[in-house]
Amino acid sequence: MGLSDFKYGDIIHRCFRCGYCKFPANWMDVNNCPAYARYRMETYSCGGRLWLTRAWLMNEIKWTDHLAHILYSCTACKNCELKCPMGFNVDILNMLRAAKGEMVEQGKIPVEARDFLQNIQIHGNPYGKPASRRGDWMGDTQMDKYEGQEYLYYVGCVGSYDTRAQEAAKKLGLLLKRFRVSFGVLGKDEKCDGNEVNNMGEEALFEMLAQDNIALFNRLGVKKIITLSPHSYNAFKNNYPSYGGNFEVIHYTQLLQRLFEGGDLNPAEKTEFRVTYHDPCFLGRWNAEYEAPRKVINSIPGATLVEMERNKENSLCCGGGGGNFCMDLLGGSPDSPARRRVREALETGADTLAVACPKCLTILEDAVKVESLDDKLMVKDIAEIAGEACGIV
Amino acid sequence: MDIIHQGLLDIVGEGHISNQQEELFIYSWDLGTTEPHRPDYVVSPRTPQEISRILELANRHRIPVIPLGGGLSLAGLAVPFRGGIIIDLKRMDTIIEVNEQARYAVMECGVSMGQLTSYLERKFPMLTHSEPGAPPTATVAGNAAIHGQGDLAHPYGFNSDMVNGLEVVLPTGEICRFGACSIGAQWFTQHPLPDVGLFLGWTGTTGIITKISLRLFPCKNIRGTAMFVVDNEDYVPDIYHRISRTQMAEDIIAFSQTIPPYASGLQHFTINLAADSEKELEFKKELIFDDALGEYIRRGDGGYLGFTYGLQHPQISKTADWRKGGGFEYVGGIMPVSCYPQCYRRGKEISDRHDIPYTVLGRCIGAAHAMMFSWTYAFNRADPESVRHAREAMHETDELALELGGAIWKPGLYGQRLVMSRLNPNTLNLMKKIKKLLDPNGIMNPGHWEES
Ligand SMILES: Cc1cc2nc3c(=O)[nH]c(=O)nc-3n(C[C@H](O)[C@H](O)[C@H](O)COP(=O)(O)OP(=O)(O)OC[C@H]3O[C@@H](n4cnc5c(N)ncnc54)[C@H](O)[C@@H]3O)c2cc1C
Repeated sequence: MGLSDFKYGDIIHRCFRCGYCKFPANWMDVNNCPAYARYRMETYSCGGRLWLTRAWLMNEIKWTDHLAHILYSCTACKNCELKCPMGFNVDILNMLRAAKGEMVEQGKIPVEARDFLQNIQIHGNPYGKPASRRGDWMGDTQMDKYEGQEYLYYVGCVGSYDTRAQEAAKKLGLLLKRFRVSFGVLGKDEKCDGNEVNNMGEEALFEMLAQDNIALFNRLGVKKIITLSPHSYNAFKNNYPSYGGNFEVIHYTQLLQRLFEGGDLNPAEKTEFRVTYHDPCFLGRWNAEYEAPRKVINSIPGATLVEMERNKENSLCCGGGGGNFCMDLLGGSPDSPARRRVREALETGADTLAVACPKCLTILEDAVKVESLDDKLMVKDIAEIAGEACGIV
Repeated sequence: MDIIHQGLLDIVGEGHISNQQEELFIYSWDLGTTEPHRPDYVVSPRTPQEISRILELANRHRIPVIPLGGGLSLAGLAVPFRGGIIIDLKRMDTIIEVNEQARYAVMECGVSMGQLTSYLERKFPMLTHSEPGAPPTATVAGNAAIHGQGDLAHPYGFNSDMVNGLEVVLPTGEICRFGACSIGAQWFTQHPLPDVGLFLGWTGTTGIITKISLRLFPCKNIRGTAMFVVDNEDYVPDIYHRISRTQMAEDIIAFSQTIPPYASGLQHFTINLAADSEKELEFKKELIFDDALGEYIRRGDGGYLGFTYGLQHPQISKTADWRKGGGFEYVGGIMPVSCYPQCYRRGKEISDRHDIPYTVLGRCIGAAHAMMFSWTYAFNRADPESVRHAREAMHETDELALELGGAIWKPGLYGQRLVMSRLNPNTLNLMKKIKKLLDPNGIMNPGHWEES
């Protein structure tokens, strides 16, 4: 494909590479683009990626593994779109997704991305684990199968398979039970929501996943969905409607906010702790939900919320989006966004780093270990913090 | 792996060097109209010692070295015209010290303007610096290195006038310090020790600044912008003088532009005012708009358009999208303020000739000692004809700036040659001798300040 066939061929040259996209709104750190923070070469900035894409489409440079690495290291965190002062900013991620799509079409993507997508195609999850084990997260707890209850509790790939995230998924299930929420789960019938697949440019696979999920949800009579992951929330809420899937989607922190509004949380033991909250990109920047998780934290007896300097729409991405929680193109360095982020969390004096996303949970917990901060900082999902406050162990 | 690559890798370590096509492509480009030239390597060191070793290696192999900050000069000042090693300095980004009493900040060369602004706002709200209208990625050192100017230019002059001290790696690798810091004292003054002028305005050809101490200034509680407008460019020099005489303004800018249409043909002023109380602010407004400019208002030749609280960070980058094309470049002339009317009229003619919406701006430097007058030309990066027009307009404007009796600020190669053709021959000779002495192998940012 040449530039003229590229969907955004008429605007991709409009990036001036001024670099606002690297910053949070108050300009405190030039490292608010996770890939740039990790590599600190202009190629890994948003402008670098757009200029390289254009050069590739114009045959000024050839495809290489390195080019693919640069494009796939974008986590789609949306910081660039919100900080770019230009009129075309709403299309920045569309351009990058289309560029990745072109690489997919040509079969030229990083091997990590290929494995990710193949695993989803074959097993319905990026880890390549058997679909039959998707319900393992429940352990020996009893979660009802979805059979027309008010809500479908959709767990997602990371909560279903990653052993650390499974704990959060389970806590949330128990919490919902405790509050007598009418819900059911899909267990081994659940399938990837496709949010990452979409952001990795595999449009056909995303379409298939969306259609399969929509058909299943419709067959089961699903009307309302609670998601553990903001990534699932984003796909169901913003992408599925264009495939005919119209559901009332809610992220679990939004539901907990409602449930806790009455203030009748009565922990057996009230412990004092300082907690800082890391905004997940797909809840925050993508869906502008900044308050619900904070309200939940603030309603927990003993919790004192302290903010990191970069928060809400200026939050630094953990580096897990766009499939990177699995491909790990941004890992392996003290400059990795997750390692930068846990150091930032520590600076607040918090002992707990709260997250509301299973991808953030696993990545940031790994970062805490690598930074040897285990004895200073605990990473916990809000579902776990809330569960503990309700005496769920 | 070739010997230079291996040597650089040994110095900066894995991940901080590249000779892959992607980095070579991106670092070959300036954001303005300069044609790209590929470097051979890109490195991003972390310490002055690493830079020193890179320079030693470059001397051994006689390979060019190009220091790069934000890369926002627009004039192609960090384009590797003869290939070589681009040193991207932005990883050296620690703010080392802010001295509240003596009002200065010491920082590494990769600290960006945005980072410094934000740091002061958050940690030292009583202090501020002279922030240019450049995007926040511009580096403090890169800006001083080219005699930039910011929003305190009226009271305090060029940003390079605010340098208290420098640490520089010389082209041959020695690490030197200038200013009080050179005798182990604090970084509070440049004078009366050996001058730093050897490294400012030389486009990275005499050494690489690795640390800089910059003067800071009191930041008042209230800051904001007043607007004033006249419909006749001939009034502008007098207005600069009148406002300047009050000594009440932080920044005085006059501008005129085709877009938006209401601004076309008029001369708007933005006048930044700062005060610790409303009383002080009112007093300053009275002095400027009732006393100094009252006559213009009474005659109906000028209008006060109001005062907006809070300084807006200008987003001049948006100019790059006027032609829906991602590009613009400007000639900055350091001009006598009396030239404003001619700068405006002749600049408009050049723009019209090249069918580019005109945009001109004059920022008052010092007590109307000079102005930085910019003639901006937007272009469409995807349209080679429009790039050519902008480039030609730039060249014509370089000549205009000199013809009108000004000097070209941060000239690109074309402008440098024009300047050198008029330069006092003994001065030119001295420049050559200095360069030869400091950089015997001619490795530093070659192409610049060289006769063709
Ligand atoms: C939209 C826009 C608005 C602008 N407005 C202003 C303005 O209001 N005021 C203003 O002053 N400028 C302005 N500029 C011009 C320019 O962006 C700034 O002057 C900027 O600060 C230059 O710094 P930089 O880090 O980008 O330098 P670079 O472009 O990276 O470098 C400039 C030159 O200095 C050399 N250099 C860089 N760092 C070092 C170092 N550490 N040691 C030795 N040599 C070095 C380079 O080799 C090069 O020759 C504007 C630019 C744009 C795009």
